[in-house]
Amino acid sequence: MSAISVHDLTRRFGDFVAVDRLTFEVREGEIFGFLGSNGAGKSTAIRMMCGLLKPSGGTATVGGIDVGRDPEGVKRRIGYMSQRFSLYERLTVDQNIRFFAGIYGLRRDRLETRRRFVLEMSGLQSREHVRAADLAGGWRQRLGLGCAILHEPPIVFLDEPTGGVDPVSRREFWRLIDGLSARGVTVLVTTHYLDEAEHCHRVAIIHGGRLAALGTTAELKRAFHGRTIIEVHAGRPVDAMRLLDDMPDVEKTSVFGTAVHAVVSMKPGEAARTIRERLEGGGVAVTRLGPVEPSLEDVFLDVAERATQ
Amino acid sequence: MSGMRRVAVLVWKELIELKEDRDLFGIVILAPILQLFMLGYAATTDVRDVPVVVADADRSVASRALVARFNASPNFTIVDVVTSPNELDPYLERGRAWIALAIPPGYGEALGRGTPQALQVIADGSDANSTNVAIGYATNLIAGYAQELGARMPAGSVTPGIEPRVRVWFNSRLDSRDFMIPGVLALLLLVITTNLSSMGIVREKEVGTLEQLNVTPLRRWELIVGKLLPYALVGMVDVCLVLAVAVLWFQVPLRGSVTLLFALTLVYLMSTLGLGLFVSTISSTQQQAMMTTIFFFLMPMIYLSGFIFPIENMPAVIQPLTYLLPLRYYLVILRSIFLKGVGLETLWPDALALAAWGIAILSLAVARSTKREA
Ligand SMILES: Nc1ncnc2c1ncn2[C@@H]1O[C@H](COP(=O)(O)OP(=O)(O)OP(=O)(O)O)[C@@H](O)[C@H]1O
Ligand SMILES: [Mg+2]
Repeated sequence: MSAISVHDLTRRFGDFVAVDRLTFEVREGEIFGFLGSNGAGKSTAIRMMCGLLKPSGGTATVGGIDVGRDPEGVKRRIGYMSQRFSLYERLTVDQNIRFFAGIYGLRRDRLETRRRFVLEMSGLQSREHVRAADLAGGWRQRLGLGCAILHEPPIVFLDEPTGGVDPVSRREFWRLIDGLSARGVTVLVTTHYLDEAEHCHRVAIIHGGRLAALGTTAELKRAFHGRTIIEVHAGRPVDAMRLLDDMPDVEKTSVFGTAVHAVVSMKPGEAARTIRERLEGGGVAVTRLGPVEPSLEDVFLDVAERATQ
Repeated sequence: MSGMRRVAVLVWKELIELKEDRDLFGIVILAPILQLFMLGYAATTDVRDVPVVVADADRSVASRALVARFNASPNFTIVDVVTSPNELDPYLERGRAWIALAIPPGYGEALGRGTPQALQVIADGSDANSTNVAIGYATNLIAGYAQELGARMPAGSVTPGIEPRVRVWFNSRLDSRDFMIPGVLALLLLVITTNLSSMGIVREKEVGTLEQLNVTPLRRWELIVGKLLPYALVGMVDVCLVLAVAVLWFQVPLRGSVTLLFALTLVYLMSTLGLGLFVSTISSTQQQAMMTTIFFFLMPMIYLSGFIFPIENMPAVIQPLTYLLPLRYYLVILRSIFLKGVGLETLWPDALALAAWGIAILSLAVARSTKREA
């Protein structure tokens, strides 16, 4: 059975459609990534799945419960960490944990066990009596996650949990997510970091409120089949791009660091040869040139662009 | 049972937050005392040497005696005695006199016959409070004089004079401070608890903790009770502070039952906290909540409840509106308990109205608050 099953989920704000007929399933124990640019509708979709926002249409079944019919039933089975830090800043780490444990109805032994688990998991043992306001970003996020899973929910929604957090803390955080998944917890997580998407079992790319692509990262990259990405290092990248854009077989170009990526509808060998001839014929000196594996960023940009058209 | 436990956890959390909030401590504890002292001293005990102009059309022994009494009173100074009421206006307009007294021809004769005789008292209304007090003095003085004359007359004859006004009657020292201070208590409670409740909830909305709570199994009533109880407690602490200062420092008489005062204050707090909760359901930022509270609720209430302007002086179309304000009822209750010493046997209609208001606004606010955005 799926942990989350979403069918035609839609949300309108006035005339604006923020989430547009979203349909997908999340398997139990899966780490499911939501990828999408700002305003794509990720948070809106998550808030509907958590029973915080009424859907305008479609259904979402979370932990076997239809959230439209019984939002409170869903709330007993999920943990949710919102995009904003939403713990009590004036309370200490320990007080925050005790507060949420109390709200979730944890008593005595279980409270103590879970409290210790959360402190240990988040590495906050020595900071128990620090006010949440005084915690650094990475610690805050870990405390936030800890408070969201105090009641051991089988399904956890994390909305951009690593926003504004340094790389080391991000890696730490993903270790915690992997740990949850290993224990059978289903995790739906949104992110802007494409390297984080590689941690997910499957990724959904959301664009303009719609599901633009869905699959494992390998599957998404394979969607490039029949086309090739040629990475060009040239002396004058701007001129190189102009020349490439004029070629009929080049679908599009984009800047990648100091290099230019061209998506070409040809086999790799042929593509490399044609492009080198064209550039050198146009007077651009090529330092290095060759086919590369599509990165998730290539995929993301490609999907986003095609969804826009 | 688990519901009560969650409420207790919320109250515990709220008290920690209140304790940690230094600004709030100042607003909740220091401001009321400061306000009380300021208003207590600004509301001067008595109005002295009120300038009076008299139009004595009677020129009898009785009328001259009345004027002499005014002059002898420390509260009044006669600035001039004219003959026709038409001459009075310039005195009031230029502010040379606050009060004008018109004695009609035949006043002395009528008094002698024992027939009630109306005197016209015209007052400058620009300083409503002082004027009210001054009118009170004047009424008392005239009535006292008439009563004395009546007493000297044979038994059985009608007592001539003017009925003193009820409001003045119960504040026998004519002490405007005694009248003001219970009002200040009502107002402080209104401002503090309404804002605490609206801002307390909207702050959680702004910060995002409300959303975090909305995703837990916490029920709406648990959240509301858990949020409002600590604020009610703060309100009661303020009542104790203000009462202590009022009675011990300013020596305001507290003639009625303190228990009743506390009980009805709790009823009043239902309206103020409920009002704050209602404002929180229509605001999304703390600033918005504060502005809405002040301009749409507090200011109209202060002006129309009888706190500043006596209700009986308001235009007839406005007067019925005052029945919509909880502050009106609580003011009546407080002033009555303080100054008249009456109990529930007299105050039950006001208490009932207050309770109805509280229950209505709380129900409305609860109905409007949701755990899921529409
Ligand atoms: N309550 C609301 N009223 C009106 N519009 C809204 C509301 N909430 C969200 N929107 C709009 O819906 C769109 C999707 O917003 P959403 O927050 O879901 O995007 P997102 O994918 O989470 O973006 P980000 O990566 O920036 O968090 C945005 O254009 C936003 O302005
Ligand atoms: Mg978002």
